[in-house]
Amino acid sequence: MQADPRGVLTGTHFIDGDHACCEGALAAGARFAAGYPITPSTEVVERFAARVPVVGGTFIQMEDELAASITLQGAVWGGAKAFTVTSGPGFSLMMEHIGYAAMTETPCVFVDVQRGGPSTGLPTLPAQADMMQARWGSHGDYEIIALCPNSPQECFDLTIRAFNFSEEFRVPVMLMMDEVVGHMTEKVVIPAADQIEVVPRRHTRKSIEDYLPYATNGDGVPEMAHAGEGYNFHVTGLTHDERGYPNMTPQTQDKLVRRLQSKILDAADRITLLDEEGLEDAEVVVISYGITSRVAQRAVELAREQGLRVGKLRLITCWPFPEKRIRELATKTKAFVVPELNLGQMVREVERAAGGRARTFAIPHAGGSVHRPEDILRVIVEATR
Amino acid sequence: MSILDVVNPVEPFLRTDRMPHIWCPGCGIGTTVNCFARALIESKVDLQSIALVSGIGCTGRVAGYVKLDSFHTTHGRAIPFATGLKLANPKLNVVVYSGDGDLSAIGGNHLIHAARRNIDLKVICVNNLIYAMTGGQTAPTTPGHAITSTSPYGAFEPAFNLPHLVEAAGAVYVARWTTFHVRQLARSIAEAFQKKGFSFIEVISPCPTLYQRRNRLGDGLDTMKYYKEKSKVRHGAPTGEVGLTMMGEIVVGKFVDRDRADYQELLRAQMVESLGERYVEPSENVCSCG
Repeated sequence: MQADPRGVLTGTHFIDGDHACCEGALAAGARFAAGYPITPSTEVVERFAARVPVVGGTFIQMEDELAASITLQGAVWGGAKAFTVTSGPGFSLMMEHIGYAAMTETPCVFVDVQRGGPSTGLPTLPAQADMMQARWGSHGDYEIIALCPNSPQECFDLTIRAFNFSEEFRVPVMLMMDEVVGHMTEKVVIPAADQIEVVPRRHTRKSIEDYLPYATNGDGVPEMAHAGEGYNFHVTGLTHDERGYPNMTPQTQDKLVRRLQSKILDAADRITLLDEEGLEDAEVVVISYGITSRVAQRAVELAREQGLRVGKLRLITCWPFPEKRIRELATKTKAFVVPELNLGQMVREVERAAGGRARTFAIPHAGGSVHRPEDILRVIVEATR
Repeated sequence: MSILDVVNPVEPFLRTDRMPHIWCPGCGIGTTVNCFARALIESKVDLQSIALVSGIGCTGRVAGYVKLDSFHTTHGRAIPFATGLKLANPKLNVVVYSGDGDLSAIGGNHLIHAARRNIDLKVICVNNLIYAMTGGQTAPTTPGHAITSTSPYGAFEPAFNLPHLVEAAGAVYVARWTTFHVRQLARSIAEAFQKKGFSFIEVISPCPTLYQRRNRLGDGLDTMKYYKEKSKVRHGAPTGEVGLTMMGEIVVGKFVDRDRADYQELLRAQMVESLGERYVEPSENVCSCG
């Protein structure tokens, strides 16, 4: 369906990534946000608080991130599209409810504007060190989707994608921004509402008698009902059967948890978004994401100027990890070079997918600034040898 | 009509396909559910409009047994979940049904903030003075000297007086009953359905398996006798005076019944004042999801 024009600020804007993310959420149909102030993410909900009363929706500032991350899920079951925004310390507190959203299949979006950690770390400076936390932070086995924008324009575009994926797969989707992308100001083009594709909720059309809240067919994604419609459904974070009733047996656990995984992994090709350049004859492929991809771009250009056969692979979808593509490339490439603003997170996934067929070079950075293109170039040169 | 044809009047409110329930013999939680169902009958509230939200624990399992839209959330977070549900669909009557540990320890911050905001929620807090589901540990409500699995030599931390806490935080309706006071409790719950704003009903309830047994207080029946003998109805009692002790008097009754604008009224008034006609009511656009 097309976006509701009331939420779409069509035009050309000069705004930062945080504000663009807010506009993306409004365009995607988000009419509820619950938040808690934390640098460098707060601007997203500040803008939402200003914008949403004239669009028709609610912002509530909660007492902490534990509350924010579950309040938004109450709103989803009440019929809204909802999200929250945070940074590292708040993201840590939200892990409990990322698990709840995964288990109860509550479509929602968590935005993490990453800053340096651990703990309070570097509140105003960038990092990309929450990438594994986004994937594994809550306990138990589950799958999520994580997208990684590298510009304010993508903060807008990918926020819409994040909502669309969350509705399509009934899964919490993480938008993994970073401080630089959140605070950099660039041109953002917001199209007309009828040019924005919005995925509606998978709302059930079944009769009350026929409706089973967690029954699925085909793609493994159940249909949803909202409170107040007469379905008298039950939702629990306990292991549950198709009726939504607690059923704590190894059989029910196996069936449920495997479905939560396969509904995402079986659709990985569709979820995987990549930005590729010069991979046809590349001896070395630089794999990067988020703000680091902007620096890596320069390093790749410098390497080409030196006549090196270097390609670029930018991960827009970080989770599920695009391992199929990496596996393919590993058979025809000498090496992967992976700069990231952490001491080695996604590089482990690259290494795993490469499976020894191509060498992997990490370029770790503890955060607080970005890499220098020359530092990446040096490793590219080393990798070509 | 044979006696076997008689239907328990509360049965239509229960998921009978989930019986038997998990609660122990002599536990008071089932009694409170019976009172809740009777309150629904009495108050004639539209059942389709009710959503029931629980946290984790023995009382947290109530959500699984009522034939309503029901949400069994995470430990301590029933109130913020309920807040989102209510704000997204203001037409819902949202009930939070959970235990003392869930609501006042891990969820204590949410409890006071929801009362402060005066979110239109009906909170039923079953207080068995202990963490029961996990085996009888000390709760913020455990009275001094009580033996628990984590206070083997007796509890000594001062306990929360929940009616006092929520009144101070801003609740518009505060009552306390015991599971002996089934009619009064049902009436209070029905009354809360007539109130707009944050209502809080504490129900003192036995845990024969863990609290009563460890403290040699007898079984469920002995506890009913204690509730009968030591409860004193004092409507309007100053909540500062209703703290509980181990075997002392239990002051019950309706302590607070006042009116103040709830969250949504306040929000609306502020937005209209600031934005005038530009303000778009959220309820006009609840389901933004096709």
